[in-house]
This record gives sequence, C-alpha cells and structure tokens, in this order.
Amino acid sequence: MSAAAEPLRDTDLGESELEARVRSLWRTPRGVIGWLSSVDHKQIALRYIVTAFFFMGLAGIGAVVMRLQLATPDAHVVNPDRYDQLFTMHGSTMMFLFAVPIMQAVGLYFVPLMIGTREVAFPRLNAFSYWNYLFGCLFLWFCFFSNNGPDVGWFSYTPLSLSQYNVGHRADFWAQMITYTEVAGLSVAVIMIVTVFKMRAPGMTLDRIPLFTWSSLVTAFMIVFAMPAVVVVSTMLILDRMVNTHFFDSSLGGDNLLFQHLFWFFGHPEVYFIFIPATGFVSSIIPTFARRPMFGHTAVVLSLVATAFMSFGLWVHHMFVTGLPRLGESFFTASSMAIAVPSGIQIFCWIATLWSGRPVFRTPLLFVLGFIFNFVIGGLTGVMVASVPLDTQVHDTYFVVAHFHYVLIGGSVFPLIAAVYYWFPKVTGRMLSETVGRWNFWIAFVGFNLAFFPMHILGLEGMPRRVYTYSAEMPWGTLNLLSTIGAIIFASSFLLLLWNIVRSLRRGEAAGPNPWDGDTLEWATSSPPPPQNFTRIPVVTSLTPLWEHRETLPAVAGLRVDRREVLVSTLTEAEPDIRESSPEPSIWPLFAAIATGCTFLGSIYTPWAIIYGALPVTITLIGWFWPKGTKEDES
Amino acid sequence: MKPRVVLDVAPLPENSFGSRTLTWWGTIGFMCLEGMGFALAIGAYLYLRVLQPSWPMNIPPPDLLPGTIVTVILLISVIPNYFLEHWARAYDMAKVRIGLVLMTLLGIAPVIVRTFEFPALRERWDTDAYGSITWFLLGLHTTHLITDLGDTAVLTVLMFTRHGENPRRFSDTSDNAFYWYFVVLTWLPIYFVLYWLPRIG
Amino acid sequence: MRALASRASFLAATLLMACSHEQSALAPDGGTARAIYQLFWFFTGVCMAVWLVVMAFMLAAIFRWRGSSPDPMLEPEDASERRISWVVGAGVALTVLILTIFTFASFLTNKSFAEPRPRSVTIKITGHQWWWQVNYEAHRADQTFETANEIHIPVGQPVKLDFESPDVIHSFWVPSLSGKQDLIPGRYTTLTIEADKAGIYRGQCAEFCGIQHAHMAMYVVAQASGEFAQWRAQQLQSATPPHTDQLRRGQQVFQASACAMCHSISGTNAGGRVGPDLTHFGSRMSIASGTAPNTLGNLTGWIADPQRMKPYTRMPSVALTGPDLIAVSQYLESLK
Repeated sequence: MSAAAEPLRDTDLGESELEARVRSLWRTPRGVIGWLSSVDHKQIALRYIVTAFFFMGLAGIGAVVMRLQLATPDAHVVNPDRYDQLFTMHGSTMMFLFAVPIMQAVGLYFVPLMIGTREVAFPRLNAFSYWNYLFGCLFLWFCFFSNNGPDVGWFSYTPLSLSQYNVGHRADFWAQMITYTEVAGLSVAVIMIVTVFKMRAPGMTLDRIPLFTWSSLVTAFMIVFAMPAVVVVSTMLILDRMVNTHFFDSSLGGDNLLFQHLFWFFGHPEVYFIFIPATGFVSSIIPTFARRPMFGHTAVVLSLVATAFMSFGLWVHHMFVTGLPRLGESFFTASSMAIAVPSGIQIFCWIATLWSGRPVFRTPLLFVLGFIFNFVIGGLTGVMVASVPLDTQVHDTYFVVAHFHYVLIGGSVFPLIAAVYYWFPKVTGRMLSETVGRWNFWIAFVGFNLAFFPMHILGLEGMPRRVYTYSAEMPWGTLNLLSTIGAIIFASSFLLLLWNIVRSLRRGEAAGPNPWDGDTLEWATSSPPPPQNFTRIPVVTSLTPLWEHRETLPAVAGLRVDRREVLVSTLTEAEPDIRESSPEPSIWPLFAAIATGCTFLGSIYTPWAIIYGALPVTITLIGWFWPKGTKEDES
Repeated sequence: MKPRVVLDVAPLPENSFGSRTLTWWGTIGFMCLEGMGFALAIGAYLYLRVLQPSWPMNIPPPDLLPGTIVTVILLISVIPNYFLEHWARAYDMAKVRIGLVLMTLLGIAPVIVRTFEFPALRERWDTDAYGSITWFLLGLHTTHLITDLGDTAVLTVLMFTRHGENPRRFSDTSDNAFYWYFVVLTWLPIYFVLYWLPRIG
Repeated sequence: MRALASRASFLAATLLMACSHEQSALAPDGGTARAIYQLFWFFTGVCMAVWLVVMAFMLAAIFRWRGSSPDPMLEPEDASERRISWVVGAGVALTVLILTIFTFASFLTNKSFAEPRPRSVTIKITGHQWWWQVNYEAHRADQTFETANEIHIPVGQPVKLDFESPDVIHSFWVPSLSGKQDLIPGRYTTLTIEADKAGIYRGQCAEFCGIQHAHMAMYVVAQASGEFAQWRAQQLQSATPPHTDQLRRGQQVFQASACAMCHSISGTNAGGRVGPDLTHFGSRMSIASGTAPNTLGNLTGWIADPQRMKPYTRMPSVALTGPDLIAVSQYLESLK
C-alpha cells in the first residue's frame, strides 16, 4: 500500500528502449552465482532436458550392455549381480529420471511461450525442483558406479526388496531417491497447472489453448493424483527396511499385494504421463507440416482428458497372475481395452489432418510417421495384454518387454526426437541438418524395430524377463542376437542425433523466429527467445494466432518495467486480472535442495536424519521466502 | 513479429486474495497431492484391516482421550482462523497480528497433545501391521501439523517486522489460513479411521 | 551298473535336448494353453488387419499429395471436413466394436478356465530361491512324498497345483500347458494344469525372484496313467540302499559331510530340510533346477563348485577329496 510515485511502465518507453529495459530486467545475472541462482524457466527447462538426456544415455548404454549379455546363450559379459543392477537402473532411470522429467521439461520450456507469458508460476520452486532432481540422479548413479546400485527392479516388489532378502542399502537408495526425485516431479506438476490456469495471455480462452499445452496440463493433473502413491509406497518400503514396520510382512498382518496395488496405482498412469505429452508434440508438429489446423481439436482434447481419467482405472492389469478374483479381473480387462478408444481417436485425427492437408516432408514429420507406425503396434499388443488369458501367458516375458518398448519408445521417444528437430531452432536459433536428420530417422526406425520386434516372439517362445542368461538348449539364440544387433543400431542413431546437434550449434543455418511457419505463440518471439520471452504480452484471438495474424501481433500495454511483472488472468476466459510480481533470481532454492538432499541421503542410514535435517531445511526455506526488499517483494 | 497494442492492463491491481492469485492455486495443487497421500494411506489402512480377522490385531482399540482433545482443539481453531483470513483481506494489521499469534498457539497446542496420541495407540509401529499403519497415518498428519505451524510462526514474526507492511503479506496470511483448513479437514477422516472404526466395526 | 547309469543319464540328457522346445506358448499341449493359443491367434489376426488398415490410411494420406506444391496454409472446407468426420467416426465405432468383441472373447475364455473339474492329483509346489519343492499330497500320510524341480502328471487328467512361497514371490509357468500363476508369501494361490499328450514340458520361474531367477526351471513330465502310477509307487519308496563299496562310501561321505545338513534322503539319516529332497535324485532329469542335465560329470562339477555353475546359489562348496567327490556323485546318481 505504498504511496510511492507512479512506477515506470512499458507505455513510457519506445520500442527499442523497452526491449532493452525488459531484457535486462529478466536477465539471469552473470557469473557462477548468477548461474546457480537462475529462475528463468527456459534455462531450468534446458538443464532438465540436458540432464535427462545425459542419464538416458547412461541407461541406454546399460541397455546395450544387457543386450550384449543376452546376445548369446550362457554369456559372461557381466555377472548376474551386475546384470540385476543394470536392469534396475535402466528401468528406474528411463521411467523416473528420463521419461517423466523430460516430458515435464519440454512443457516447462514451451508452455509459457505458447500461452504468451514471461515465466512460470513459482520460478524458485522450479529451480528448487531441478536441483532436487539433479542430486537424486547423481546419488542414484553414484551408487551404481560404486557397485552398490539397486538390484530389485524398477518396481522393487516386496518381499524381495525387504531387508531380509536385500541386505545393505541398495533398496534404500532406490526408495529414497525415488521419493526425492518425485518431489521435483510433483512440484513441476503444480507449477504447470497454475501456469496454464492463471498465466495465459489475455484472450486465450479454454478453446484457444494449444494441444501441447493441454497435454502438459492433463499430465500435470495425473502426476498430482498418481505420484503420491509411489511416494507413499517407497516410504513404507524404507520404513519396513529401516524401523521394522510390517506393511509388507505377511506374518504380522502386512501384505505383499498392498505394495503392488500402490505401486501400479502410480505405475500405470505413469505410462500416460510419458505418452500424453508425446501426443502433444505430435499434435503440434502435424498441423504445422500438414499446413492446416488440427482436425478434431476438441475431440483430441477430450481424448486426452478421457485417457487421463481412464488410466487410473486399469492398474490391476499388471497383477493378473497374482490370483485376484476373476470377476474383478474382467472389469480391468474391459477398462484396459477401453483406453484404446481415446488413443484411437487421436490417431484417426492425426491421419485425417494429414489426409486433408498438404504434408511437407521434413525430419520432424518423418519421426511422427515412425511414431504412428510403431505406436499402433504397441497399442495393439497393449490390447492383447489387457486380456486376462493372454496375459497369463505373456506377462513377465519378453513379449511384454517388446510391448512397452513399442509404447514407450515408439509412442514417446519417437515424438520426442521429432520435437527435438521441431523445436531445436527455437531453442538455439539454428536449424538441425535435414540430411543427417533423415539418416537419423531411418537408422532409428530400422534399429528400433530390429531390436524390439523379435522380443514378441521370444516371449511367446517362453523367454521370461529379467533373466541374466539362458541356456543354449533354449531356441532363443538367433532372435536374441538379432535383437542385440538392432539395439546397437538403434543406439547409434542417438550418436548421430548428438552429432547433428553439436554440428548445428557450431555452424547450423540460422533459423529466424518461425522457420516452419508454425501457428502457436512460441514462434512469435525470436529464436532463441529473449529472457523476457515477449517484450509485450500478446493478446490471443484465435487457436492459431500466427496463421491469423501474419503482419502484427495484438499485444498488451501497461505492465511495469521496474520489476519483473507477469499478468495473472482468469481461469476460463483468460481475462487479465492482476499484475503480479515474479520472483527475481535466488541462490536459496539451491541451498534448500542441498539441505533436502542431505536429509534424504542421511535418512538412508538413520531415521534420525529426518530430525537433524529439519533445521537446515527450515533455515534454507526461510532464507528463500524472507523478503529481500526488492521491487519484486514490494507489491 | 511487430506488436500492436490493443489492451491496457495498467489499471489492474498488483495484489489480491484467494482464487485470483497464483499462490492460492499453488496451495490447492499441493493440497490435492497431499490429500491424495492421505487418501492412499487411509486406503492402505482399510486394505490391511479387511485382511485381518480382528482389528486391532491383538489389543483393544486406541484410547480416545488425546485424539479427541486434538480434534476439539483443531475444530475450535477454525473460528479464529476464519477471522484471521477476514482481517487479512481487510489489511487490518493490528488484528492480523493478534490472529497470527493466536493461530501459532493453536498450532502448538495440538502438537503437544499429539505426543500423547502415539502412546494412546497402545502399540509400537514395529509390533505388527496395525501398529505400522496407525503410526504412519498419525505421523503423516503430524508432519503437516508441524509444517503449517512452522509456516504460521515465521509469518507471525514477519508481520512484526517492517516487511509486514507489504500488502503481499496479507495475501500470504490469507493463504496460510486457507492451508490450516486443510490441516483440520484432513484430520477428521483420520480421527474417524484411527479411533472409531476399530470400535464400530 | 555304472554303464547303465551313464546310459540312463545320457538318455535323460538327450530327452532334455529333444524336448527343450516345449517351453513355448506357441506349442500348446494342454487345455488352457490351447485355448489361450487360439485366442492369441484370433487377437493377432484382427490386430494385424487393424494395423494394416491404419498404415494404409496413413500412407495414402501422405502420398496422395506427393508432388503438389504446398500451400502457404490451408483453410479447411466445411464439406470435406464433414466427410472426414464420418470416416473418423466410423473408425472409432469400429474400434469400439472390435474391443467389445475382444473383451467378450477374453471373458469367455477366462470363464471356461474357472469351471470346476474333478482333479485326481493334488501337488503342493513351494517356490524357493532358486528351486521348486514338489510335494505330492494324499489323504494318507504314507502316500505322500517329496521331490524337486520335476513334476510328473498323468496325461489327460487335470492336476491341481497348490502354491506356497516361504521367501519371495515366484511365478510358476509351463507355457505349453498353461498360463502362469504367482506364488506369493502369505497368500494362497492355485492352478490347474493338464497335458493332452505324453511329453516333457519345460517351465521356469517368471517373476523376478533374485539373483538366480534365470536358473529356476522345472520339468513337467506327462505320462500315461499306468506309467505315472509306476513312477509314483517308485517315488514312495525309500532310497535304494547302496550295494557296492564305492556307493557305500558315497553314502557315508554324504552323511558325514555338510550335505546332510541341508538335504534329505529317506531311509538314511540325512534329514536336512533346507535344500531339495534327494531320495530319488538319480531319477531326475536335471540338476540345480534345470541348470544342467543330470549326468555324473555335471553333478560332480556342481558339487565340487556350485558357485561356478550357478553363482550365488544357496548351496555352499563342500570341501571333499577327489575320490570322496566321485563317490558322493555316484551314490546320488544311484538313487533312482
């Protein structure tokens, strides 16, 4: 309620002066401290993306090692102990440290740009989440490299993961690092929901929200309601291991299926946290290259929402062979089949968009077509495993391994690579090479199918999952060898992608703001986007604003330029409502993350760490929230 | 792309309350995920209970007294909490200070009584699954109680410094009061499950 | 005798080789496996057709405009949008129809499995890290017996398997006969299997159960009922007493060393309950849960250094002199 003089506003300045002013206002300070204090959603998202790809690389190398071990019967590439660590790290990393974070990270980068705002809600929480995520990744992989990696699978079923059968701290690391990194995932989900709900540019009513933004929003909701389950279950696990609770001890009233119910209540929706954002990529790329707006926009949005709801009702299909009552199982067969309907609707809408458009062949579209090819296979085998009788045969075999790699790689990594080719110019200002891109696609496509298609047959021929070797008497050698060759080819496609990125960063063709003539707002700003994203917040009048307005973009005036300010708008109509300040950079989120990380790490060794850690965590949080007397604080 | 100004937002306020603000929605988001955690923990309780022929497994139901006292304190605290939020929205500094002090005290009281609740369960966490899940539920709620108490205490201190004058602090006070409702509301089903379910079923 | 034993083990080994392909859901030889096999091909056929249609539409969508220069941006026409909506709507309707049929087909198959059938034999299967304990149950205690990693069943008769696991979760899976069923500590689970014809069917643990999950196989031997009765009668007997000095020496070594602390041989004073019962060890096809064929050579190697063949196995190396080792191995092989 300060009665100070009227603050400086964007209306007081000329265009170029305004640009410079807003840019310096939003710029992350230079230097190491500045770098560590950054709250810029683009920088943080990029850190997330690079980190996630790095750990994907490690987990991918792990996969190749496993494939080498399985290439021939009775091989001795790694010992069984190492093999168990490898598949546990591969699964845990790919699911918890790569797939979910990277999908969230792409959202963190592009959603604010797409909805025409300057920052996400709660930028410091965002920074905090990244540091937590990074430390969690580092701790977990440090364990692996010190030959102490978790070795009970990414699902850590009890009683195998209880201290009686898993001596030492391997499963504790798994439990605590999963909880710890999920803190990051949950925070980002809340950030995403609030950002999309309240920070959309004026005029971006619900029906003008781009599909990728919808997909990020829907995913964030799913995370909020599903991820607590894994936090609860991994906490119960470590309590059973450390302080002798009996949640999963059947001799004292606990139950092993409780673990499975809680894990899959999270675990099945998780597949859709990974898949739904990927459909968002596809729904962004297809209209751009088909040269027309998305066919069935509303149907696609409703499909996303339907998928999200339904994904909570089918976890039991992971437990069809545990001896649950048959009637209940039939319900879960029906629900697991039914979720194919909304996915089908999306696929039909994409094909319809291509059909009635004028497709332009560029690498992103190529990867999208590869996605449809592979994902439909994965979806159909998904329908097969939804059937209780079929599942009793293929469950926990290589058939299922094939199925979910078709869904996760075919359904999510292919769109992700498409997204890399599509948005790389926006992020860096440079184009990736189209020639290398095509090679990249074909190598990935052939390698992927060669690696994973044979696994369907291996599973049917009786090869179970998670075996470190098999005997020469089993007829599995040839297909396993083929699969290994495919895996190596597929892995090399990522080297090609890396090379393409490095090459383009150094001497790629300049992209300009909108190289593909895209329709959404991220293409309205320069490439790479300036720290403030938009010097003037745009006003949205259509679902495809950049195709609507080819010369000038309607915009907002009247924001202060003496502090970081964002526009808060109403939930459905996106009418501008408040000018809120957005926090300036701060080192405290990093300190808070260090304190939290140390607490989690300590809690692996003693439950008292929670008590000892409370003090530093509290201090850092107070440091974070205590007003510093800046313009941003004084509203 | 060149911007063309079509809208002036200078007249908009810089501070507001409730569902108009980002923080309120963020609080709702965290309430949802924490609420989900509570719901799952209660679900786990019911799941384990159904598996057992008798519940609690070998002992009488927990002593009602401490839990009921906590419930009463929490229910009473809702009244000053309501006024606190009201005063915050009116930017009434003197009353907000009083309200915050009062709410801090009303946060400390249940934490103290809570320490008697654990022994009232009559069983340690490591005796059997009943002990484990009851301690878990109680522990989960206690963490929320303590966290919000910490938050209220810091805010109270802040309100007595020069930073208290900032309109944003009143908004924070309102959000803090809002979160307290959540702490009270989540306790009620847990109270019912922990203390009454073993008696009626 | 020794020649005979080695010939028998050779026979067992070749049998093993010959029948190794019988661990396949694609080679069903039993009631439920056959029904699942038919359901599988029904699903696969329909799914392949669906995939081909979707791919045809996708490729047509791309190639129908090949060569035409791209517009700057298309404004979709109402009439054509409506036409496409109809096609998409039909696609969705067809999807729903197919999924409904799948659900029903799957439900009916599942229901047929649940129909109660009289079962002549009940076997309790206990999963251990990493081997299968097999107990044939009977009303009279003297009609029960225990074996390991090998289950004999009469052809054409449903056999009830009751599962138990004292340690971690395992999963019983003999794909040629039936789908799998988990063994979960603290929970009762059961499965009925049936073989349509005589043969040897391999199966292995399908739920990750620790470091030697890969080497936890078992064999189901389906025999004509006469042969089965004969096998059963033989299993009910106590172990064959050693009848040569060499075998007697083997028995003594077995009883005097650590072997007897974990293994039982009925009719002797070896009564350990930790590892597999070895009363009729010599009649089994494999050692170490299907890790290797049961030959004298393999057995000697296994006893000499179990960790080599199956690292981390619970079976310790027992320090034996060369001659003792051979005597023990020969003794065990003589337990037909």
